[in-house]
Amino acid sequence: MLSINYYLILSAVLFTIGVVGVLTRRNAILIFMCIELMLNSVNLTLVAFSAYLGSVEGQVLVFFVMAVAAAEAAVGLAIVLALFRNHVTVNLDEINILKW
Amino acid sequence: MSGTLVLFTFLAIVAVASALLMVTRLNPITSAIYLVLNFISLAGLYLTLKAQFLAVIQIMVYAGAIMVLVLFVIMLLNLEDERALYDHIPWSKYLMFVLGAAFIVEMITITGLAGAPVISTMSPEAANIGTVEYIGMALYNSYLLPFEMTSILLLSAMIGAIVLAKKRFP
Amino acid sequence: MHEYAFLIILFPLLGFLFNGLLGRFIKSEKLVGAIGSAAVGLSFLVGAGIFIELLGYDPEARSFMVPIFDWISTGSFHVQIAYQVDPLSLLMVLIVTGVGFLIHVYSIGYMHGDRGFWRFFTYLNLFIFAMLNLVLADNFLLMFLGWEGVGLCSYLLIGFWYDKKFPGVSITWTGDAGNKAFIVNRIGDFGFMLAMFLIFKEFGSLHFNTVFDAAQNYTPGYEPIFWITLLLFVGATGKSAQIPLFVWLPDAMAGPTPVSALIHAATMVTAGVYMVARCSVLFALSPDTMIIIAVIGALTAIVAASIGLVQNDIKKVLAYSTVSQLGYMFMAMGVGAFAVGIFHVMTHAFFKACLFLGSGSVIHAMHEEQDIRHMGGLKRVMPITYWTFLISSFAIAGFPPLSGFFSKDEILWRSFADGSLLLWLIGATAALFTAFYMFRMVSLTFEGKPRWGPDKHPHESPSTMTIPLIILAGLAAVGGFVGMPAFITEHNPFESWLAPVLDPAARILALPAHHETGLEIGLMLISVVVAIVGWYMGRTIYTRRFDIADRFVQSYRWLYSLLLNKYYVDEAYHTAIVDPVVKGSEKFLWLTFDVGVIDGIVNGSAKMTRALADVLKRIQTGVVQNYAAIIFFGILCILGLLFLG
Repeated sequence: MLSINYYLILSAVLFTIGVVGVLTRRNAILIFMCIELMLNSVNLTLVAFSAYLGSVEGQVLVFFVMAVAAAEAAVGLAIVLALFRNHVTVNLDEINILKW
Repeated sequence: MSGTLVLFTFLAIVAVASALLMVTRLNPITSAIYLVLNFISLAGLYLTLKAQFLAVIQIMVYAGAIMVLVLFVIMLLNLEDERALYDHIPWSKYLMFVLGAAFIVEMITITGLAGAPVISTMSPEAANIGTVEYIGMALYNSYLLPFEMTSILLLSAMIGAIVLAKKRFP
Repeated sequence: MHEYAFLIILFPLLGFLFNGLLGRFIKSEKLVGAIGSAAVGLSFLVGAGIFIELLGYDPEARSFMVPIFDWISTGSFHVQIAYQVDPLSLLMVLIVTGVGFLIHVYSIGYMHGDRGFWRFFTYLNLFIFAMLNLVLADNFLLMFLGWEGVGLCSYLLIGFWYDKKFPGVSITWTGDAGNKAFIVNRIGDFGFMLAMFLIFKEFGSLHFNTVFDAAQNYTPGYEPIFWITLLLFVGATGKSAQIPLFVWLPDAMAGPTPVSALIHAATMVTAGVYMVARCSVLFALSPDTMIIIAVIGALTAIVAASIGLVQNDIKKVLAYSTVSQLGYMFMAMGVGAFAVGIFHVMTHAFFKACLFLGSGSVIHAMHEEQDIRHMGGLKRVMPITYWTFLISSFAIAGFPPLSGFFSKDEILWRSFADGSLLLWLIGATAALFTAFYMFRMVSLTFEGKPRWGPDKHPHESPSTMTIPLIILAGLAAVGGFVGMPAFITEHNPFESWLAPVLDPAARILALPAHHETGLEIGLMLISVVVAIVGWYMGRTIYTRRFDIADRFVQSYRWLYSLLLNKYYVDEAYHTAIVDPVVKGSEKFLWLTFDVGVIDGIVNGSAKMTRALADVLKRIQTGVVQNYAAIIFFGILCILGLLFLG
């Protein structure tokens, strides 16, 4: 039988890949996708704990995470659209109006 | 090497590989395809954890709905390839890799490859929990209020998206 | 009845609030004026009710405390808003509200058509409120509140016509005159405050009765008491326009005439006299201060009277006359005749208010003309004003049996008996001057041929103005009978009324009883002669023999211009004090110290902050990913601390 650590470490690896993607890539949509990846890695942790602890809460939480992710996708992509309309780019290091 | 381990190893490799490929591709559409692959492999992992309902939902919601939306936007914006990731990387980006490495070291230390007490066997209840019936009972009994609130959240997200994506703000 | 004493204070406050908040929306001058006057009139009625009640008690039982609430209470320092009803404060209440009421009524006519009508009545009510606080207070701090309040109202009312020019030394606008009054008063108030600090240090309380009861155990000449009384007197010189701080009062004539009558003749300027009487126990303990007060009073009386001899502005003459009469009051205080001084406060309130209101009536009739050289012959066109003015002039000149005769003569007699011959001589000379300049003014204004231009159409004033004049003239005529000297009546009713308050001081002074009735009558005859001589000279020279005055001016030109320019006191102050202060403030305090040091520090700290910010703002790249990286770094640290630390 597999111990839970396998799932946790896999999840950590995926999460780290997502984080590094968020921190290094320039394309807003790609960053967006990396965030989805991070969400999913956490989902994996939750499902793993749910199965190993025999408790339904983890899976219910995953369900809600998915709902929130769907909402986030809709709003986030709308923001990306609005951004593109104003700046004609989705390149985040060119959008640095958030400073002094 | 048991069958479960083989299955897990295969899916894990697919997941990590597709994640890496997704992050490193220049073309966003390619990235999106690899992300879909990643989602599918994750759905398989959910099945190894006997979470059938979530596996199905994962495919439907993520791979189906969300990723289609993302692809839609990519094509709508008609994005070109990003400039090569490797030409002229500022020093701060290397720092990000250091951060990532530090994180994974930290996570591995925490989850304890090195003999920390872990849960080694799956709960016997696991197969039961993952069913639609069980999760449905939980959602419509204990978690009815959050469930209903989720619907409101989705509604407001819908309205927000429409307002944001409109051509001109009134 | 006395438990309703707070009503005395309350009515003017309500009048002030009503007119101040709603006055601008009320179109009807009648309503505003009626409310303003009624507020003071009701206070007077309450005061009169209490007066009648007190008459029914034993003299020793005529003192009551009316506490309202605890004002300040920290550590050992307790001050209440509390009012003390006793013969002295009640007398002042009656003077303030009685004369104040008449002047309010007069103002309805005088201020008719003024665009600041409601504002005027608001200030007047506020003044009455503050003045009543001053006289009714049962502790130094509340008295000081009233003291400052009347100063504020004085300032507001002197500059009431703030867009009107008013010539003077370093004064252009009426507002400048207000500033002058306020600033000069500040100097006195500073003395008052220092005195309060000393009192608290010495007695541990600011409550009148506590302080005075404790003070009665001291021996006369104790040094801290000297300083306390001296500083209190400095406060009094500011408020009551004594040398060296009298310069503000003549310029205070920039205000409307009812203001001059109410504040700068009848009530506020006598606050210093009242304060000395209230603290008579302290003053009695310090013989040195008493001498200083007597000397300052006598000097002020003679100096101001001599200036009054040659002034040509009808209100200026009255202003110097007021300063001079205040000098008399302090002279009385200085020789220990506290009751007599208060008596003169009362009679002076009557006749000086009447004179000022009469001059207001004249100014009103002459279309804002104030120079008596351009008047004359007004007797025929405004008989009521003339007769009331004449009666009051006789009163102030000291003709028997008008009120001024009794009070002034009592002062002169006491300054001779308890002071010295010199004081009496100065007082008598000032009396001569007073009679002279009063009848000079009366003659120039009302007698002789008209000297005004054809554009002027003098007329008698409306009844709201003449009725107060008649009442005040009546009081000026008969008001002295309450204080007739002891050799005429069995005992002086005025002095025995005040005795409960002033007896402790009298016990400390232990002045000998006077039985030289013959001497007193002799001095009285001399002062009557003096008054008659002054009257005759003033009347003769300025109705028929102008040549005498002209010749005098020709032969003593230096003396004339010295007097006309008020001994150049204003110029001297300006050169010695005002100018150095202004220049010093401008050159050193402003351009050197403020611009260089203060602004340097302020701007330097701003520049330093900015320089630091120029470095630190680099952190804010504006790139979202950098922020995300920092957040992520934070998470790393927290996780590390939680699980590995």
